[in-house]
Amino acid sequence: MIDVIDLKKNYGRLEVLKGINISVKEGEKVAVVGPSGSGKSTFLRCLNCMEDPTDGSIIFQGVNIADMKVDINVHRRHMGMVFQQFNLFNNKTVIGNIMLAPLHIKLHELRMKKLKNILIKVGNIFAKEKAPLVEINTTRVQIKAEVRENALRLLKRIGLEEKAETYPSTLSGGQKQRIAIIRALAMNPKVILFDEPTSALDPEMVGEVLDLIKQLADEGMTMVIVTHEMGFAREVATRVLFMDGGQILEENTPDEFFSNPQNPRAREFLSKVL
Amino acid sequence: MFLKGKNTMGNFDRKVAKFWETFIEYGGYTKVLTGLQNTLIIAVVGLAIGIVIGTVIASIEVLPKYKRLPRILNGFCTFYVGLFRGTPVVVQLLVAYYVVLPLLGMNMPSLNVCILVFGLNSGAYVSEIMRGGIMSVDPGQMEAGRAVGLSYGVTMMKIVVPQAIKNILPTLGNELIALIKETSVVSFVGAADLYVAFSYIGTNNYEFMVPYLVMALIYIVLVMLIALMVKTMERSLRKSDRRN
Repeated sequence: MIDVIDLKKNYGRLEVLKGINISVKEGEKVAVVGPSGSGKSTFLRCLNCMEDPTDGSIIFQGVNIADMKVDINVHRRHMGMVFQQFNLFNNKTVIGNIMLAPLHIKLHELRMKKLKNILIKVGNIFAKEKAPLVEINTTRVQIKAEVRENALRLLKRIGLEEKAETYPSTLSGGQKQRIAIIRALAMNPKVILFDEPTSALDPEMVGEVLDLIKQLADEGMTMVIVTHEMGFAREVATRVLFMDGGQILEENTPDEFFSNPQNPRAREFLSKVL
Repeated sequence: MFLKGKNTMGNFDRKVAKFWETFIEYGGYTKVLTGLQNTLIIAVVGLAIGIVIGTVIASIEVLPKYKRLPRILNGFCTFYVGLFRGTPVVVQLLVAYYVVLPLLGMNMPSLNVCILVFGLNSGAYVSEIMRGGIMSVDPGQMEAGRAVGLSYGVTMMKIVVPQAIKNILPTLGNELIALIKETSVVSFVGAADLYVAFSYIGTNNYEFMVPYLVMALIYIVLVMLIALMVKTMERSLRKSDRRN
């Protein structure tokens, strides 16, 4: 589903990623671990071009999204992303956060269809052969109701439906992060990228967020997770990448990686964190 | 002589009476009203022009600078802001009225010149206010918007700008207050503001103490009114903040 070919990223003269090759298949859960400054977050952020790669390509569903000519927004809709700092929209209510993107995109599509119909109608005035109109089978109201219903369903799933009309500033970290996750889910993404989803949380809230991620994993969602939670990586991941110095040093199954790491740097890292 | 309480107070009474006489009977109040009107017009219209210019400049300044065009535009904006912040507004007024207009061969009422100059001047300041307001919004908000597939423009309009406005509005109120006070120099190019009105009253009977005192009071009342308005507006904008 995602093929990363020779991905490089420089900040000025600093080489952060030094040529990464990896492919993620549908349904896989890939955990990326490694010491701080190893380039894991940069790697993840390059996957949906939050950071533009300096070199190399990222093939997502057959399209090279690292190409600057590609409309990246269309492809990002199929790649959810969850941030360390949650990044809920502060000026929107909880349900507004979840609805914003799907609603905007669907209403935009509707507007485009209507515009096209007007153009066709104008064209029809002069043409002998009347061109057929684009079929529009929804209205603004219907779209709004649909998106809202979907958002409420997702909220109910995490048990926060009574928080729908509150603003993010009144929520706990764990609640914010779970809402950030279902905000990504509301777009029906093919893959979700997690950038240290539990690192900014109080220890007692880590569990609820990891549980939700685990649920999604069990449902077959494709995921790439940058994490410091080794136990979680071992339990959920189907593959573990160990990164250091901007390179992938080891790529292994979680059992193999945690019990018998091949790379000496990985061994050293694990001996420190486990 | 003038520190002897009783005598001074007696003088003061007489001064007030004189002022009142000129103010009412010789039509001083019409001049004051015109002056007040001009002051407000220059400040408010100037700020409106400033907001338009400032918005344009600020949006150019926050654009990502991968391409050449934004960089060229940005250079122009930096020059503009530097020019108008680097010279006193009196100098700008004088240059506009006595240098630029004659060179262009145009004739314009001094009030309009003042409005334009104050607009251009506050545009430079407002652009900085707006840029600061936008920059103060957590960059994570933009990232989150882009990550769900919204474009730069849509994220800006729906997420970043509404949050920036909360930071911008109070400062914009301060800008209006600053503008109102700065308009007291427009008499340099012959526009009739509060200063012109009250010095007319003062010159009428060679008595300046009371007129200038009243002028100061009018400025203070104006500024306090605006400050109050800004505060009310700010409070209603804090809807999405934590309220416990």
